[in-house]
Amino acid sequence: MALLNSILAQLLNGLRIGSIYALIALGYTMVYGIAKMINFAHGDIIMVGAYALYVFVSILHVPAVPAVILTIAFCALMGITIEKVAYKPLRNAQRLAVLITAIGVSYLLQNLALLIFKATPIPFGSIIKVPSIQIAGLTISGLTIVTLAVTALIMAGLTLFVNKTKIGHAMLAVSEDQGAAELMGINVNRTISITFAIGSALAAVAGILYICQYESLIPTLGAIPGIKAFVAAVLGGIGSIPGAMFGGMALGIIESMSKAYISTQLSDAIVFSVLVIVLLLKPSGILGKLSVEKV
Amino acid sequence: MALLDVKNLGISFGGLRAVDGLNMTIEQGALVGLIGPNGAGKTTVFNLLTGVYRPTDGTILLDGEELIGKSPSQICQTGVARTFQNIRLFSQMSVLDNVKAALHNQVKYGLQGSLFHTPGYRKKEKAIDERAREVLRVFELEQFADYKASNLPYGKQRKLEIARALATEPKLLLLDEPAAGMNPQETAELMATIEFIRNQFHVTILLIEHDMKLVAGICEYLYVLNFGTELANGLPEEVLNDPEVITAYLGE
Amino acid sequence: MKKYGKQILGCVAAIAVYVAVTAAVNMGVMSRQMMSLIVPVCMNIMLAVSLCMVVGFLGELSLGHAAFMSIGAYAGALVLKSGLPTVAALPLAVVTGGACAAVLGLIVGIPVLRLRGDYLAITTLAFGEIIKSVFNAATPITGGAGGLKRIPPVTTYRNFTFVYVLMLIVIVLVSNLVNSRHGRAICAIRDNYIAAEAIGIKVSLFKTMAFVLAAFMAGMAGVVYAGNIGILRPGNFDYNTSIEILVMVVLGGMGNITGSIIAAALLTLLPELLRGLSNYRMLVYAIVLIAMMLFSNSPLRRMLAEKRNMRQADKIQ
Repeated sequence: MALLNSILAQLLNGLRIGSIYALIALGYTMVYGIAKMINFAHGDIIMVGAYALYVFVSILHVPAVPAVILTIAFCALMGITIEKVAYKPLRNAQRLAVLITAIGVSYLLQNLALLIFKATPIPFGSIIKVPSIQIAGLTISGLTIVTLAVTALIMAGLTLFVNKTKIGHAMLAVSEDQGAAELMGINVNRTISITFAIGSALAAVAGILYICQYESLIPTLGAIPGIKAFVAAVLGGIGSIPGAMFGGMALGIIESMSKAYISTQLSDAIVFSVLVIVLLLKPSGILGKLSVEKV
Repeated sequence: MALLDVKNLGISFGGLRAVDGLNMTIEQGALVGLIGPNGAGKTTVFNLLTGVYRPTDGTILLDGEELIGKSPSQICQTGVARTFQNIRLFSQMSVLDNVKAALHNQVKYGLQGSLFHTPGYRKKEKAIDERAREVLRVFELEQFADYKASNLPYGKQRKLEIARALATEPKLLLLDEPAAGMNPQETAELMATIEFIRNQFHVTILLIEHDMKLVAGICEYLYVLNFGTELANGLPEEVLNDPEVITAYLGE
Repeated sequence: MKKYGKQILGCVAAIAVYVAVTAAVNMGVMSRQMMSLIVPVCMNIMLAVSLCMVVGFLGELSLGHAAFMSIGAYAGALVLKSGLPTVAALPLAVVTGGACAAVLGLIVGIPVLRLRGDYLAITTLAFGEIIKSVFNAATPITGGAGGLKRIPPVTTYRNFTFVYVLMLIVIVLVSNLVNSRHGRAICAIRDNYIAAEAIGIKVSLFKTMAFVLAAFMAGMAGVVYAGNIGILRPGNFDYNTSIEILVMVVLGGMGNITGSIIAAALLTLLPELLRGLSNYRMLVYAIVLIAMMLFSNSPLRRMLAEKRNMRQADKIQ
């Protein structure tokens, strides 16, 4: 019973971390699907979100709910700006050039944060104040409940948005064939902007949930969840929305299980080994489509 | 014995039968055309012959040696070289280096030679340089040896691709639409070059082409593909006047 | 003839730099800071030139170069600490470090055969992180997060000649390779792997070869690092280190060995020369990366390139 409880507790833990990974992974996957690039700077949007929330709440004393909305809006704008300035001029360039630029943007964001907020960790109290509940001897923290609920809502909303709205259809069309979509009268630039905005907004939500969990801010806080979410996106098959959700959850569970039952120090190694093994077995990820170059 | 002997060759992509039951025999030294309307599966046949795709059934014998199961690089070493419909040069490398790269298996030396530039390396590199320039001379490209391949005009890029394929010393040379995008004068020059290399290098040639003037002008035998199956084969004047072939090209 | 001219120029430059640095050290005109940078400059040149082979010539992005370096550093450090006399220990350490890194390069080479582009980049990154956590966890051998301490200082600036020769070896090997059968195969794969295969080049063999050679050289650089700094911590070999090396290669003009050498030397020396700007160093790196990429793909640049092509085309006709 104790073992079962502990496994269940770890499972919940995994789902909580996995939700955050999934939210970030969705951004990677959507941008990849549409702009065919890995937005390496995506992880750092989480950091921007976390610092923005800190500025709004602790410095400008904005109440929690408007602060969250402002943070999301700020990150969405940031995403659009980055795309316009750094990625748009490279739309027809080599993949390597785009990837290196994205790495540059990631570095730029981290080092700007470092200059503005310095390297010392800034403590930050969680803004989510929901009491924990007890079910059959299992304590579920308020943060876990909020994280899971928010993630579930966002995923349902996003699925509906992509499949039912006009903009969603435009996104699917652009990801299928940019040239053809443009000829059909779809505004490709606007669709890409919207994708970056949505991806960054999701990263902002992830950043808020993340910071409420860890309660401490450093300029590189986005790097590790960013890389892991990327792993999750690749695991699920990059470009696939359900894949990102699945990959994120799977990764969270693998991580919390290996932390609890194998080794804390080796948990990262295990997570990345899973990635390498999955890619070796299925080079396009679990739910991804393999693109073959035509000869 | 024929140089190339293809029996019952077929490949499916999912439910699509791209090539089905193809038989083809090419004699040593022949110049054969493979024609057919767009989407007939001509390039797929080339991809099967060069190991880019693995056929679902059939056999491909080159000089009696089975090609199926070999990788593209092994097939090249067995003696099949090709050009591509959409030119695939090593665009960042010089014209000369494009050909030198193709001499990869013709003049060999070990990694220690490459790393330490041993005397053996110098001797072999000299041979490579001479051979590469010789091939370029045939295609009148020698004066552009130091140009970046992507800086050549289109027609010369096509020629360089043929030169590169020829440098691997193939028994069978596959040309995928060599005249595509060329003007009539360039095409006429190309026809002369193809004739010349066949006689000079004793190479057997199979080419895909839409330019019927070229096909009728130099091919000695034709295979016609339609919807992945063989529609006709025979001498050019017979095949090109075959009502079935004309219907396949022009419709009813 | 042109080729030999370049080689002679290289030799002259190599000797001149050697004489200048040795003289400056012996005459005591260098500050302590500058002297402490001599070995890092050599080391970074080794790293940049070896990464140049993967990124510039093979055309694959490796984000795990620091991992190869770390394997070499730890393996070399263990040899150095074994108590052998320096004369024997140092060459042995360099070879062991390189060999261990090359073995990792071979392991990384397996996914390299199946993956391309973005997937490959992320896999190299994952490998780097795996190695780092393994070093962190393997406390009995590596000292874990506390570090592997008291490594004999055998590759400091006092032993400049050894480090310099090692660096020259790396440079010469990579430049030799480019002008060879193997180098052409690697560049051909970068430009068009389908065509490379079609002319009989074994793509997987040469991709692995490039990774293994680069790893070997990075491993040797790692040994130099260990013998210079005296203590190794897994955190020293993170993703940021890999990116710093990548910046050198990109700044040097991807695939240009001389460029990589100059960029590596400059980027190592600059922070010291501009001490006041040290806070902005990483920020400047980031901007340099973005600006380089945007410039090399800008309409202006394309226009210039087109003009050049037109001129060449004119000459052809």
